[in-house]
Amino acid sequence: MSEADNKQRQVQRMSDSLLLSMRGISKTFPGVRALSNVDFSLRTGEIHALMGENGAGKSTLIKVLTGVYELESGEIRMDGIDHPIVNRSPQEAQANGISTVYQEVNLCPNLTVAENLFIGRQPKKYGFIDWKTINRKSAEILKSLDINVEPGKLLGECSLAIQQMIAIARAVDMQCRVLILDEPTSSLDEEEVEKLFDLMRKLRSEGVGIIFVTHFLDQVYEVCDRITVLRNGELVGEYQTESLPRVQLVAKMLGKEFDDLAEIKSERKNSAIPAEPVIEAEGLTHAGTIKPFNLTINKGEVIGLTGLLGSGRSELVRTIYGADRPTGGTLKVNGKTVNITKPLDAMKNGMAYLPEDRKKDGVISDLSVRENIILALQAKRGMFHLMSRKEMDEAADRFIDLLDIKTPDREKPVGSLSGGNQQKVILGRWLLTNPDYLILDEPTRGIDIGTKTEIQKLVLQMADEGKAITFISSEIDEMLRTCSHIAVLRDGKMVGELTGEELTQAHIMQTIAGNQTGGTGGADA
Amino acid sequence: MLDKLTLVKKSKKPGAVAFLLMITILLFVVMYSIGMIVFVNKGFAKPQMFMNLFISNAGLIVISCGLTIVMITGGIDISVGSVTALVCMVAADLMEHKGMSVYMALLSALLIGLAFGVVQGFLISYLDIQPFIVTLAGLFFGRGMTAVVSTQMIAVKNAEFLQWANAKINLPIGYTKKNGTFIPSYIYPTVVVALIIVILITIMLQRCNFGRELYAIGGNQQSALMMGLNVRRVKMKAYVLDGLLAGLGGFLFCLNSCAGFVEQAKGLEMDAISAAVIGGTLLSGGVGTVVGTLFGVLIKGTIASLITTQGTLSSWWVRIVLSALLCFFIVLQAIIAGVGGKKLKK
Amino acid sequence: MNAKTKFDWGKLVHWRFFMPIVCLFLVLLVNVIQTPDFFVISINNGVLYGYLIDIINRASELVILAVGMTLVTAASGGQDISVGAVMAVAAGICCQILSGGAVSTNTLMAPMAIAILAALAASVLCGAFNGFLVSVLGIQPMVATLILFTAGRGIAQLVTKGQITYVRVDSYRVMGGYIGACPVPTPVFFAIGVVLVVNLVLNKTALGLYIESVGVNGSASRLVGLNSTHIKFLTYVIMGLLSGVAGIVASSRIYSADANNIGLNLEMDAILAVALGGNNLGGGRFNLMGSVIGAYTIQALTTTLYAMKVSADQLPVYKAIVVIIIVVIQSPVFQKKFRSMRHGKAVTVNAG
Repeated sequence: MSEADNKQRQVQRMSDSLLLSMRGISKTFPGVRALSNVDFSLRTGEIHALMGENGAGKSTLIKVLTGVYELESGEIRMDGIDHPIVNRSPQEAQANGISTVYQEVNLCPNLTVAENLFIGRQPKKYGFIDWKTINRKSAEILKSLDINVEPGKLLGECSLAIQQMIAIARAVDMQCRVLILDEPTSSLDEEEVEKLFDLMRKLRSEGVGIIFVTHFLDQVYEVCDRITVLRNGELVGEYQTESLPRVQLVAKMLGKEFDDLAEIKSERKNSAIPAEPVIEAEGLTHAGTIKPFNLTINKGEVIGLTGLLGSGRSELVRTIYGADRPTGGTLKVNGKTVNITKPLDAMKNGMAYLPEDRKKDGVISDLSVRENIILALQAKRGMFHLMSRKEMDEAADRFIDLLDIKTPDREKPVGSLSGGNQQKVILGRWLLTNPDYLILDEPTRGIDIGTKTEIQKLVLQMADEGKAITFISSEIDEMLRTCSHIAVLRDGKMVGELTGEELTQAHIMQTIAGNQTGGTGGADA
Repeated sequence: MLDKLTLVKKSKKPGAVAFLLMITILLFVVMYSIGMIVFVNKGFAKPQMFMNLFISNAGLIVISCGLTIVMITGGIDISVGSVTALVCMVAADLMEHKGMSVYMALLSALLIGLAFGVVQGFLISYLDIQPFIVTLAGLFFGRGMTAVVSTQMIAVKNAEFLQWANAKINLPIGYTKKNGTFIPSYIYPTVVVALIIVILITIMLQRCNFGRELYAIGGNQQSALMMGLNVRRVKMKAYVLDGLLAGLGGFLFCLNSCAGFVEQAKGLEMDAISAAVIGGTLLSGGVGTVVGTLFGVLIKGTIASLITTQGTLSSWWVRIVLSALLCFFIVLQAIIAGVGGKKLKK
Repeated sequence: MNAKTKFDWGKLVHWRFFMPIVCLFLVLLVNVIQTPDFFVISINNGVLYGYLIDIINRASELVILAVGMTLVTAASGGQDISVGAVMAVAAGICCQILSGGAVSTNTLMAPMAIAILAALAASVLCGAFNGFLVSVLGIQPMVATLILFTAGRGIAQLVTKGQITYVRVDSYRVMGGYIGACPVPTPVFFAIGVVLVVNLVLNKTALGLYIESVGVNGSASRLVGLNSTHIKFLTYVIMGLLSGVAGIVASSRIYSADANNIGLNLEMDAILAVALGGNNLGGGRFNLMGSVIGAYTIQALTTTLYAMKVSADQLPVYKAIVVIIIVVIQSPVFQKKFRSMRHGKAVTVNAG
């Protein structure tokens, strides 16, 4: 795109009226400066992506805007209101025309679609709720937004995409001018995402300003007009989508040039571990989530698992680990057929599993760092073989030291540590059990970049020590750096295993997306 | 991620709820029919027997309606039995020892209920304390206060009160004796009050903002908050209304027993919770109707009638059977919620 | 105010025994003011005698229950409100077997060991029933135990055929009375025994860690190989067993089984003891000795109220108020307000 073109566009955009402007927003939490002096502007009829790594301050900014957090310093102005606005609650924000739709839909599953649209503002007749009008008006709203659902259907019975659209419809019907979509696409499939985008484009054409928070780069480039990038609570910049290439966007989000990251792979020693299979799955399946698959993982090998969210990556490893009980197939560990029905069986066979959702499935927040570290080993040994206090202390100190866990002491509740350090505690927990096979499900999600690199290095180091590892990540370049072998999943089915030459971003993407072009085949890259 | 989604939806399967209510009504019909067949000689088939179900449970119907309201929000109130005892005792004491009128007794009953509702509601909705702990304290407080008023039983002899209690209302239905005289079935005013309450609350739940807000909060409290509902205030109102209904129900109970004593209405909270749960109210909130609860109360009444008519079983069996039934319905709810969750996973 | 004393204050307030000991101290203080000879212990007829001894003796059943209640609370985040009713069931079964089904007996109709074992087995069964509902079916603990809370006494009535069963045999009175010439009442030994055994189990096995882990985060605990269903179930079974022990002790005191009154209102006292012991009623971390101190505090309170001429029927009024005060203080909303108040104060001090 030529410079002149750019300028012209910019001029055109500048003429668009400023809908929302936030100036000099700062927010501190005890010990953390979450936002410092951030500016953000939204124009009428634009879709504006708010990007940044976890901890960049995206959600803090949104929460300050919607009144979930108190405004500490700075100023928020809305077009048409001639004084700065202060939202003390989401309700006040709504009254000012700012609505939010979250990934976890904030509607009531036990009420009908129509009622969800109108609750809190039901039309009345003779002092009673006028159900007829509600249903009629709902039908009109749904039709005007091309949402294909019966108003009388219970929300809980609708698909998640529809639920999300209904949430948007509610916001739109409540005269919202600024619509915030916080990771709305995370749980939707492609088709549903497309529908959502259609709706977003429609709203844009009607003059609604949309703030779109997402971590899917593709989607940003598909629908967004403008991108604001935050990093470590600071504004990196505001850009036109078309003038910011992907690589640069990523670099801005990470605050690093790509070369820094690429280094790691070269560090990998070409170790000469003989190909001894640790895990051999044959036709293993979990009814409803995972179709039968075969997978062999050798000693010293890092196998990546990838696929879109909901493709069954986590479910597959959960089936191997026994967190979901397999409903068919056989599993061999170190050459022996084993019957794994619960996590403890898997642990006794030398497996370890670092789960995707650290908060829900990983840390036991009120327990101390020490207790969190020794818990798996203790569970493996059994209730009647309590580790001595000395042994516990030593183990905890060893991993605090080894993994460089930043904690004042080993008796601090793990919940008080930062996300990255919590993840290290869980990693330590599993390393203590000295596993042969380690499953790492999104081990670097929501973690600062430094720790991320550390963990990636650790993964390679463990592989060099002869451990078999399965590494799941939604970031393909991270997998390219760490894995020698990548299995791709789609809709619960293993659709490909890539090695060597095939391990390129393009090839993986293609396998993930599937052979949608039909007869022409997948070779056209 | 998938788990998170199912979590949101889990246990709110609406189809299953209608199914639960159907089971309840069917259960009532079956139980009553069995009673009519087995105890036909003991008058079970007479219309009056059916009316007696209402007469002896008028207070419980009102109290259970209140409980249904808080259970729809996902809360619970186990203080209602003690509130009933306290209301009966205070009413009896005011009329018999303080020489007050029956109107003052009624007013005091409502005020006691209101006080319980306000205090418990405040602690639950504004201080976020578990409803169970709060109302358990209410349960002990109410029972203890009853003993503070009097440890002796007080029988009510107030003329006007007895007139209220014994004003028969004849119905056009009845049965004809062999000699041709028509014996009409009758009810007491308490039954009329109870049925009016059922109707009013049904209308409130279906056609008023407050009613729908109760369901919204029970369905997903976080969502209700995000949708701009004042969750704390709605919950507060729910407990206040529940308290008022407990006070009124207690007074109706008193009209039936015409006495106040410390041990009165012990375990009534269990009857009321059972009635609501058997009537299709989910313990997790968001689903329930007072009509269902009415059938729950009738089932409890039928069990009591069957056991008393049978004659040889002790009255303890009523509570044991009811507990078993409650247990059965709770398990059923848990299973349905479980199946619903699993289905969604697929 | 100088910085050093302020710092010490904070540390003291956060000491885990702070609340239970302060409460105990307050109650004892009131007692000493009321009855100056409160701490006097004398020997009458060869047994220890005095207010303090009375409190320690009478608190025994409560201590036993509080121990179980602490574990149940920690693991499941809820309380077992059926403990009093389970005590009545255990007492009823024990006395019925000893009396051979008669209303009253002067000789043992069955070996005591069999009667006690049967009673304990029944209470374990009750605990298992509660545990099944809570851990397997995932029903809220208080709703699940509400079933036995009301049905339990009905069952006890059925067992005792609606009457009070008397066992007028000296050997049966030992558990609630005195062993031979020992001047210390036997229930005290039961309480100490239970506390010691449970402490031993918690110190020698990983049960305590497992309970806390499951109580804080069940889903994560499952993935590290803990079976949260089994652990929760186990705590309810322990609770059942301990209720049975308490029931037998209580029954031995009055050498009879009174289905209506054994363990009456004790569920409230046990919950109160747990809360007073500094435990979060929402589960997770627990403090067993705190609950034990809490139990003695509650009994001291009960004795005090009796001394102030409050009747047994009226006691629950005061205890309900205490419970509410404790849960209000524990509630996050209140603590937040309180903290911001203190914070606000500190700020103004600094500013000034």
